[in-house]
Amino acid sequence: MEMYRQVFLLDRERMVTAMSTKMKRTGFILACLIPGLALFSLFRIYPTLQIFHKSFFMWSAIGDEPKFIGFKNFVDMFQDEVFLLSLRNTGILMLIVPVLTLAIALINASILSKSKLRESGFYRTVFFFPSILSFVVIAILWSFIYHPSIGFLNASMELIGLDEFVMPWLGHEKTVLWALAVTMVWQAAGYYMVMYIAGIDGISPEYYEAASLDGASRIQQFFSITIPMLWEIIRVTIIFIINGVISISFILVSIMTAGGPNRHSEVAITYLYGQAFKNGNFGYAMAIGVVVFIISLLLALLSNRLTEREAS
Amino acid sequence: MSGMQFTAASSGTAHTNTSLKSRIGRLLLRVILLAQSLFVIYPLVWNVLASFKTNKEVLLSPWSLPGSLNWDNFVRAFTTAKMGDYMFNSVMVVALSMAITLAVVVPTAYVLARMKFPGRKFLTNVYMAGLFIQGVYVVVPIFLVMNDLHMLDNRFWLSAVYAAGSMAFSVYLLIGFLKSIPREYEEAAMIDGCGYFGTLFRIIVPMARPGIITVVIFSFFDFWNEYVLAMTFISSEHKKTIPVGLSNLFEIQRYATDWGSLFAGLVLVLIPTIVVYSLLQKKLTEGMMLGGLKG
Repeated sequence: MEMYRQVFLLDRERMVTAMSTKMKRTGFILACLIPGLALFSLFRIYPTLQIFHKSFFMWSAIGDEPKFIGFKNFVDMFQDEVFLLSLRNTGILMLIVPVLTLAIALINASILSKSKLRESGFYRTVFFFPSILSFVVIAILWSFIYHPSIGFLNASMELIGLDEFVMPWLGHEKTVLWALAVTMVWQAAGYYMVMYIAGIDGISPEYYEAASLDGASRIQQFFSITIPMLWEIIRVTIIFIINGVISISFILVSIMTAGGPNRHSEVAITYLYGQAFKNGNFGYAMAIGVVVFIISLLLALLSNRLTEREAS
Repeated sequence: MSGMQFTAASSGTAHTNTSLKSRIGRLLLRVILLAQSLFVIYPLVWNVLASFKTNKEVLLSPWSLPGSLNWDNFVRAFTTAKMGDYMFNSVMVVALSMAITLAVVVPTAYVLARMKFPGRKFLTNVYMAGLFIQGVYVVVPIFLVMNDLHMLDNRFWLSAVYAAGSMAFSVYLLIGFLKSIPREYEEAAMIDGCGYFGTLFRIIVPMARPGIITVVIFSFFDFWNEYVLAMTFISSEHKKTIPVGLSNLFEIQRYATDWGSLFAGLVLVLIPTIVVYSLLQKKLTEGMMLGGLKG
């Protein structure tokens, strides 16, 4: 009898402790997740859902009650000439900047990791440096480089006798986008270079040895070994940089040109921002956000599809 | 082809010939790389030089050296341009956001990496999806939320928004890192009666230090340089952070032309970045690979 009682007690104790450890575990999981989830929901998930939801509303002042208007914002957008121009400019930047940045980054990465120069660490440090600078600092510095009268660019053009090319780079409709693109490439090339160097360091040196025994030149090796072996990394970086262009172009344009001259450097996000905070068209601004988000997602998918290699 | 014929003809000179060719090749590479380095460094050197110049000297030529070291610019940056205030706000916002980030990210990443519970996969995917939602898309709705909850023009809530913005990336990075720590340590700690929280703080956090440091470095640059959200959510002059203060100053100096203090201000923003970069350069590039290449 006494023995049974003890067994029973032990069992109960075990059950109680099992239950309490389970409760402790659940409590721990909740305590760990809830603060982060609350923060993330309030400032990321909810705002993201809001963009999609409110893009169907007319909402032209903070105090007003938003009015449901279906797809009208989206229809208006494609008759809005300034929006279309801003979309075109964004598209041009999304094309020029990734191509130039990745080409320069790849070439520099393969030079630095394959040529074994003594001072390659120095170049690596220097080239990477712009990618940790504040976009605001970069925007201000480059405004002065392009400055029509005291700028470095025009001064050096004059120095080497190219006086006829001296111009207000940011003030001319034809050059402004290119000027912004050069700044973006200057900012980002080093970052992707460091990524590619890591990738190249991971390629087995035997491939290169075999290729040079076969008499392949450095340039042939670059195209037949480096690029194919880095392909997956290149695909990922294309998507990174398309996203990067969206956020850096916003800051550069709003500080360097304010969309000018004559809206020729307006990008979709600066237009969105102006619609929201200058004109108070919150519904319209969010609809623009939806369109830009979808376009950048489609571009990412497209580049992913285009760069896909058949499994061989 | 012609090279091969040449080798066959005179193998003796071929060796010196290729080494000469490779030497010229190297020289050419060096010239290209040095030119690029100059292209990268020049704007920064110019900025530092200009921060010591008088306005007249700035106008004169972009190459000239300053006539004398004009510390006036820095004094004016602090007094009339209020760079000191902006700097204080930036330091405060960076420290606060960093504290919030670590407080929420480390436990979240630990539970998602280690504990099995229903909804874990879903929650992980929610955070991963956050990697694609950049700040610029959601400025407008975040502004409206903050307006409803009376959180605008408040440095604490700005920091909370920063922390929320860096969560997706930091959680992603730390999950990857925590998964590489062997489970035996935790099991031993649990048997020793450490409890869940004890295990997390006394065993896991010290072991995950390299991963946490990577998160700290990346967040530092993000928070210190952030502009769009700070510009939108903070309206009082005395609460602005340094990037916003600088862009305002730039806006004014276009017409007022006290360039010296603007350049001095730019140098002041650069200094902390340069210090952190030179101290932690290796960690930073290593962390980039950790975060970038596994994706």
